[in-house]
Amino acid sequence: MDVNIDKELLPILESVKDPEIPVLNVIDLGVIREAQRDGQKVHIKLTSTYSGCPAMDVIGDDLERAFAKAGYQTNIALVMSPPWTTDWITERGRQALEKYGVAAPLEESADKAALLDGEKVVACTNCGSKNTRLVSQFGSTACKAMFQCNDCQEPFDYFKCLK
Amino acid sequence: MKPIKELNPTFLTQEENKEHLINYLLETADNYLILGQRLGELCGHGPNLEPDIAITNISLDLLGQVRSFYQYIAQLKANQTTEDDIAFLRKEREYKNVLLVEQPNTDFGYVIVRQYFFDVYNRMFLNALQQSADETLRSLAFKGIKEAAYHERFSGDWLKRLGDGTEESHHRVQQAVDDLWIYTDELFHSTASSKAMMEAGVAPDMLQLREYYYEKVEQLLETATLKVPEVEYFQKGGKKGMHSEYMGRILAEMQYMQRTYPNSRW
Repeated sequence: MDVNIDKELLPILESVKDPEIPVLNVIDLGVIREAQRDGQKVHIKLTSTYSGCPAMDVIGDDLERAFAKAGYQTNIALVMSPPWTTDWITERGRQALEKYGVAAPLEESADKAALLDGEKVVACTNCGSKNTRLVSQFGSTACKAMFQCNDCQEPFDYFKCLK
Repeated sequence: MKPIKELNPTFLTQEENKEHLINYLLETADNYLILGQRLGELCGHGPNLEPDIAITNISLDLLGQVRSFYQYIAQLKANQTTEDDIAFLRKEREYKNVLLVEQPNTDFGYVIVRQYFFDVYNRMFLNALQQSADETLRSLAFKGIKEAAYHERFSGDWLKRLGDGTEESHHRVQQAVDDLWIYTDELFHSTASSKAMMEAGVAPDMLQLREYYYEKVEQLLETATLKVPEVEYFQKGGKKGMHSEYMGRILAEMQYMQRTYPNSRW
């Protein structure tokens, strides 16, 4: 995906986390499409993940606060198109998710097989076994489904593939 | 997907077209608002944890979608109107949702049947809307359809499970199908605004999809060992603002906060 981010702003952007998955910053989540300086003003284009995701408002507020601390005024525009996809989560973000106990999204066909046909392809975040089962297609937040490991019995979240 | 038609750049500069587009957006989006509100009532009241979470997730998706539609309306109106005004400060007659979505959460069977009847329609609708001549609607459809696929999967699975479940679940879900069937036809009714938008290539022709809708729904009912009701008369009125008695109660609850504390924001 084409993003247009001023490198100088990266440290500030990376300090802002997804409030519901605090190990993911907004860069790793892939929701910042543009961040440019114009004097003391910063223009940000933010893409929303799921349309009803309540985290987006909080992320907007957190960005404003983080930039205000660094002496910037922010102008945030929410963009719809092209729509966000889980492919935009960075490799660093995926690793952070797994470590946090949330299985990172699989590619589209494997995701469908896991969520719609009950195939055992999602690996347990605790023991790595793929002998896992879908408990619910819907989880604690709009982006997650609930799984349980049949081997170590660990219940865990799976970040659904959105494409 | 490519639009079926290019929109004339001056299209929205004509007041009449803009008015029709706003009406059309309301006819579409009010369904999401009212169904989202209905499902939200079940938060903490689902039969067990998983459907409870699923239903509130779906509610959240619908409310998220409705916000985008209302924001677009506010932008078109270009006066002081906000998304909150549109959601909370209209009168009953000004809501254009179909009667189906305002029907009450009688029991879990009704919730699932109402949802399935809507989800099948919604997915077909959003699929077609991806070719709208209006760029904003195209992007909203493209985003919404991914969520709608999950919704239909959830309600369809449950409908099968309840229909093909115990004698009690079968009996109760059949009752829900019989009661709610008369509200399905209205989903496909056109209005002056939807016709105008169809001509401009902004709105899909839902009548073309009607046959496919019933084919799909009837097929699932059969899999679920349920009977397709035989009715001659379908109920209508929501798209004209003529609602069932339930609507006033929904609005009373939904608008209470905004009317008690004017200008509060969600």
